[in-house]
Amino acid sequence: MSPGNWNRGTRIVALLGIAAVLTSVASAASVSEMVDSNWREQLARFFSMRDASLRFALTGSILLGLSCGLLGSFIVVRRMALVGDALSHAVLPGVAFGFLWGMTKDPVAIFIGAVIAGLMGTTVVSLLTKTTRIKADTALGLVLASFFAVGLCLLTMIQNLPTGNKSGLDKFLFGQAAALGADDIRLMAIVTVCAVSLITLFYKELLATSFDAGFAQVAGIPAEWIHHGLMLVLAAAIVIALQAVGVVLVSAMLITPAAAAYLLTDRMHRMLFLAGGFGVLAGVAGAFFSFVGRGLPTGPLMVIGASTVFTGAYLMGPRHGVVARWWRQRSRAARTERENTLKALYHVWENDGFRDVGVTLADLAQRRRETLDDALGRSRELERHGMASVSRDAVYFTPQGRRRAAEIVRNHRLWELYLTNSANIAPDHVHEDAEKIEHVLGEKTVRELERRLDYATEDPHGKPIPGPRDIHGGLATGANPREGEA
Amino acid sequence: MTVAANGAIPLEIHDLTVAYHKKPVLWGVDLEVPAGQLIGIIGPNGAGKSTLIKACMGLLPIQSGWVKVFGQSLKDAPTRVGYVPQRESVDWDFPVNVMDVVLMGRYGRLGLMRRPGKADREIARECLDRVKLLPYANRQISNLSGGQQQRVFLARALAQQADLYFMDEPFAGVDAATETAIVTVMEELRDQGKTLLVVHHDLPTARSYFDSLLLLNMNVVAFGPTESVFTAEILQKTYGGRLTILSEVASTLAAEEGGNPLRR
Repeated sequence: MSPGNWNRGTRIVALLGIAAVLTSVASAASVSEMVDSNWREQLARFFSMRDASLRFALTGSILLGLSCGLLGSFIVVRRMALVGDALSHAVLPGVAFGFLWGMTKDPVAIFIGAVIAGLMGTTVVSLLTKTTRIKADTALGLVLASFFAVGLCLLTMIQNLPTGNKSGLDKFLFGQAAALGADDIRLMAIVTVCAVSLITLFYKELLATSFDAGFAQVAGIPAEWIHHGLMLVLAAAIVIALQAVGVVLVSAMLITPAAAAYLLTDRMHRMLFLAGGFGVLAGVAGAFFSFVGRGLPTGPLMVIGASTVFTGAYLMGPRHGVVARWWRQRSRAARTERENTLKALYHVWENDGFRDVGVTLADLAQRRRETLDDALGRSRELERHGMASVSRDAVYFTPQGRRRAAEIVRNHRLWELYLTNSANIAPDHVHEDAEKIEHVLGEKTVRELERRLDYATEDPHGKPIPGPRDIHGGLATGANPREGEA
Repeated sequence: MTVAANGAIPLEIHDLTVAYHKKPVLWGVDLEVPAGQLIGIIGPNGAGKSTLIKACMGLLPIQSGWVKVFGQSLKDAPTRVGYVPQRESVDWDFPVNVMDVVLMGRYGRLGLMRRPGKADREIARECLDRVKLLPYANRQISNLSGGQQQRVFLARALAQQADLYFMDEPFAGVDAATETAIVTVMEELRDQGKTLLVVHHDLPTARSYFDSLLLLNMNVVAFGPTESVFTAEILQKTYGGRLTILSEVASTLAAEEGGNPLRR
C-alpha cells in the first residue's frame, strides 16, 4: 500500500471517529431533553459558568480525571487493576468514620479516614497472601466485599441519625459532582499536584519497577518504596474522586482512560499524556451531562464517557484499531485483485506473442472465466489506478501497469522455479503457493532468488521469466505503441 | 579497571540457606568465586539454581548465612552487579521500545530523580551494537523474536557496566545466531576481567562454554575448573537417581570420543 493511500485511510478513520463522538453527544443531549424540558436553559447556564457550584464541579472533574488517568496508566501496566477496585471499595468505612469523628462532612477528616481504611485494606491483602495459601485475586475480592459491607452498614446507620439525612454521604455511593465544595476542590488540587509530581520526579523509577521489578531492585532502585509511594498517592486519588464518581465506579476512572491510551500507543510517556487527557475529557463530559440532566449521578456518566473513548480507541486506533485493521486488509485484498487482473492481461498478451495491440475485453473475460461486465469492471479499476486504459472493447497497459504486470509474472515464475529446484517440490504443486507469494515478494528477495537460481530464464513449466530488461525497458518484441495514449 | 586490582573476592557466600514455605531449597551453601571467570551453574530441575542467584542479589529472603559482593553487602555495591533475568519474567507487551529497556541499565548509576542524558544514550547505543540490535533501537519490544528479546536483556546488563554478572538461563529458547552472539559477549566480558555466573540447562554445551562449573543440588556438589568437575561420578552425584539424565550424561561422555556431543 502506498503512503498516500494510508494517509487517506487514517483521515477517513479520524473523520468517522469525530462523527461517532458528535452523534453520541447529540443523542445523549436528547435523553436529557426528555428528562428535563429546560435543558436549553441549563446548557446556557453551563457555558456561562455563572454558578459557583458548577465551577467547582467542573474543576473537580478536571482534577480527578487528570490524577486518575495518570495513576491509572501505571495501574494498568503493572496489572494492578483489581487492586484499584479493592482499594476504592475498602475506603468506604473510612468515609463513615471520618464523618462520625466530628459529626460533620469535614473533607479533611473524611479524607484521612478513607486513606487509612484503604491502606488497611491493602495491608490485609498482602498479609493474607503472605501468611496463607490464598492467592492475590481471592484476597482482593475478600477484602473488597467485607470492607464495603462494613462501610454500607455504617453509612445506613448515619443516614438514620437525626442529622444524618442531611449528611450528603449518600453521594459517595454513585457520585455527584455538584456536591463538591471549595474545601473539596482544595484537597483535590493538592492530591493532583502530588500525583503529577510523583510521576514527573520518579518517572524513571516507576517505569523500571513496573517493567521489571527484580532488575530494578538489583540496580539499587528502591522498588518497595516506589510501590508504597504509588499506593499512597493512588489511595488519595481514589478518595478525592469518591464524592464525584462514587465508590462503585471510581476504579473505572482509573482503568478505562488508561486502557484506551494503552491501545493507542507503544510508549509509556505518550500513554500518560493520552490517559490524562482522556480522564479529563471523561470527567468534563460526566459533569456536563450530569448538570444538563439535572441531578443525574455524575459517576456513571463519567464512566460512560470514558467507555465511549475506549470504544473509540478500540475501533478507530490507527494501528491496532478494528477499523484500521479492516481497512488495511481490504486495501491489500483490492491490490491483490488488481494485480491478478494485470497478470491475466499479461498472460493474454504473452500468448498473442506480445503483439502491439491491446487485449480485448473478451479475451480477458475468457482468461479469467467471467462475464464481459466483470472484465470491464476490473479494467476500469486498473484505469482508476493508472495501470491501464480502456477504450471501447480493448484494454491497453500504461507503462506503469506493464511494468507491474511483468514483475508479478516474474515473481510467480521465479518462486515456482525456486520451490521446484531448491525445495524439491513437484512442479504441479507450486502454483498455489506462488499465487500468494507473488504479491508480497520484495525486490531484495527477488535479487536473492535470481542469484540463487543462476539468473534462469524459464520457469518449471517452460514459460519465460521476465527479466529486468522486460520490466524496465520494452519487452522482447518492442514497446507497446499504444501505451502513449494512457 | 580490573577486579583483581581491588583485591576483593567478587562473590563470597557463607552458609546460605533459602526456604520456600519452610521447605529448604538451598542448604548451607558455601562458595568463593574467583575473579575473571565464566562460571556455569548446572543441576537438575528444582536444584535451586535460579534461587541461588536471586538470593545472592537480595531478591529472595535468606533464612541464614550471608552474601558478600566485592567484600561488601549488595546494598553498598549495587552498581557492581549486573543481572540478566529469565525472559519470561516480564510482560513483553509493555509500552516501551528497545532503547528504553537498554537505558534502564543506566538507571542504577543515575540515582533517584535523575534522567538519563546524552552520555547514557551513547553507552546504550554501543551496548545495542555489541549484541547486533542497533537497527532495532526504536522497535516496540513485542515486535521482537525470542532471541532478540534475550539480546535486549543482555544489552541492558552491558549498559550496567558491572563487574559481576548474574544470568538466569540466557540460552533458553533462543536461535543459534543469538546463542553464538551471547557466548561471544560473555567471553569478551570475561576477558575484561569480569566475573559471570550463568544458570545453564544444557549439559553438553556447558562443557564447552564455561571455564568453571558449579554443580548444584540443594547444596554445592562440586565447584571447580570444567575439565576437573565434569566427570561421570560428580554428574551422577548431582543428578542423583534421575535415570533419563544419567543416560544422557553417559551418552554425552561417550560422544566425547566421537567429537560430536549430543544436544538435549
